[in-house]
Amino acid sequence: MAILIDEHTRVVVQGITGGIGRFHAEEMIDYGTTVVAGVTPGKGGERVLDRPVFNTVKDAVAHTGASAAIVFVPPPFAADSIMEAADAGIRFCVCVTDGIPLQDMMRVKRYMRRYKARARMTLTGPNCAGTISPGRALLGIMPGHIYLPGRIGIVSRSGTLGYEAASQMKARGIGVSTSVGIGGDPVNGTSFRDHLELFEADPDTDAVVMVGEIGGPQEAEGADYVRAHMTKPVIAYIAGLSAPKGRKMGHAGAIVSAVGESAQEKTELLAAAGITMAPNPSCIGETVARVLSEHGLVGGSSRAAMSR
Amino acid sequence: MDIHEYQAKEILARFGVPVPRGGLAYNPEQASYRCTEIGGSAWVVKAQVHTGGRGNAGGVRLCHSDCAVQDAASAMFGQRLVTAQSGPDGKLIYRVYVEEATDIARELYFCIVLDRRSERVVIITSAQGGVEIEELAATKPEALVRTTIDPAAGFLEFQAREIAFTLGLRPGQIAEASRIFRRAYRAFRDLDATLLEINPLAVTGTGGIVALDAKMSFDDNALFRHPDISELRDRSQEDARESHAADRGLAYVGLSGNIGCIINGAGLAMATMDMIKIAGGEPANFLDIGGGASPARVLKAFRAVLRDTGVKVMLINIFAGINRCDWVAEGIVTAFKEIDVTIPVVVRLAGTHVEQGQRILNDSGLPIITADTLAEAAHKAVTAVRASD
Repeated sequence: MAILIDEHTRVVVQGITGGIGRFHAEEMIDYGTTVVAGVTPGKGGERVLDRPVFNTVKDAVAHTGASAAIVFVPPPFAADSIMEAADAGIRFCVCVTDGIPLQDMMRVKRYMRRYKARARMTLTGPNCAGTISPGRALLGIMPGHIYLPGRIGIVSRSGTLGYEAASQMKARGIGVSTSVGIGGDPVNGTSFRDHLELFEADPDTDAVVMVGEIGGPQEAEGADYVRAHMTKPVIAYIAGLSAPKGRKMGHAGAIVSAVGESAQEKTELLAAAGITMAPNPSCIGETVARVLSEHGLVGGSSRAAMSR
Repeated sequence: MDIHEYQAKEILARFGVPVPRGGLAYNPEQASYRCTEIGGSAWVVKAQVHTGGRGNAGGVRLCHSDCAVQDAASAMFGQRLVTAQSGPDGKLIYRVYVEEATDIARELYFCIVLDRRSERVVIITSAQGGVEIEELAATKPEALVRTTIDPAAGFLEFQAREIAFTLGLRPGQIAEASRIFRRAYRAFRDLDATLLEINPLAVTGTGGIVALDAKMSFDDNALFRHPDISELRDRSQEDARESHAADRGLAYVGLSGNIGCIINGAGLAMATMDMIKIAGGEPANFLDIGGGASPARVLKAFRAVLRDTGVKVMLINIFAGINRCDWVAEGIVTAFKEIDVTIPVVVRLAGTHVEQGQRILNDSGLPIITADTLAEAAHKAVTAVRASD
């Protein structure tokens, strides 16, 4: 098991005929992801990377049985593409697109409330690196080779800081069950809490690494969940110690605009919830190793042999 | 993106929100002429700068003659207004807004903003306007009333009415106030604003309701559908380093330290800055070079960072995913050829094609300090700063 995706997940790529969509579709196929179709309105009937292209996500689902989607659609149209995926019955959707207007994302969230919680599509992003279950499937833009298959979950806002965490773990022989990028936007599909819940229930995940940053309430909500419900150890790092108040640090959501949103405040809050905080971003791997040994857990697994 | 008060008021007026009569001036003579144009016997001269707290910093002056208006404006033009919110350098005043003075009976607070917890737009109001909202939120949170807007239904009439009653308005004012609230919301929604703050929203001596001050910010990601709003950008109010970088598509935030940073990804950039701080240094900037760091882009980033003359050491930290370390390394070598780099440069490469990247740096013969980890890079940068002192 892993969470969200594995080698059997059938994937449709929205925006597959664009340069970026095509490039990453190829990378995902090379990694072993079951990419079954692409969607570009008006290009139905074409083939890209030996996969059929459909005009609508509904067509793609009907013909290929796709259950997951990844969106590489430009910002003005991306929100619409996400809602199209939800309407077509897609279960898990990754939106990589950066720069979607805030009101568009609010509309997406409102639209998805039409589905009962159990039937609702799980959306990660926008502005995220995607999700990978190492050695099994990659639904995103991350470099697959930096992840060792294993039993530790990662949930991260940032793409590259998530890579940093995974590679520090790999250097110590610690592997990953699934790594989920939730993205740097202020309104996103799912947050830390949602994925902590999935990892807690996943029998193949022993511990979780949470990589957060300044701005917004989602790290604190994650901490509340950890305190109340998590039995597995959680290790975390919060970026943005040196970020001045009121300034947007690259990510649209990385801005301290209210009490409790600074890195210092979040770090204290998470620690108080029983989460082990990595004292600096260069020792995430070391901290994970220490926590695992304290809990009598080993980092890698038999799957590590499958490491690419 | 932020805009000036007078621009926000023009927008509000267009949506039917009452604002005082006023006119913009680029010099003191023009300011004095505005008095005749506006009429009346008292005027307020307001410095147009992208920062709050103008009143306490001398950026708002009440005058009773056109001569006084001219003098007040003279004193403002060309100055940098330093307020509690502007930072130590302040903001340049090169336009002032002259407005008829309003007979104020009551000052209310009205604000529309995104609430990240509920992921919805909320309207925050208070019967105690005129003061700093952060202060009120800290000392008297019960004085703030929050109304959440359902994006499917919009801002409903009863909600606007409720707000008006909560603010203690008289029965005869309720209908007018509700209309004003809903018009302000329409401006916020139609123009993809992220903030609309009217503080104070004044009740006049004759019972009218008017927006005495107005602050608006817009969603940068939605500017593509509002070209008229994009045109309101005022570069004089931005940090020169940031304008330069923004024009070149780089996400840059200027800080006050001396270690210049070039990093890919916002999260890793923040983490690298944290590491610099932990190692005892101070970052000069945040810079996310983005996913496709071509040699040309690396060169642009070098130029943007080196525009800051306070930079004593440069730290480059790239974790290549879709990026490739060899491309980044080539970019660094090119930058050394194109620009006269006289400060120490620390480079940490990781991820895709890292060996090739390191080889390019080593073979270049350039005085580049390499590091394998984030911590090592930060320590080497801090050591280099100390050596340069």
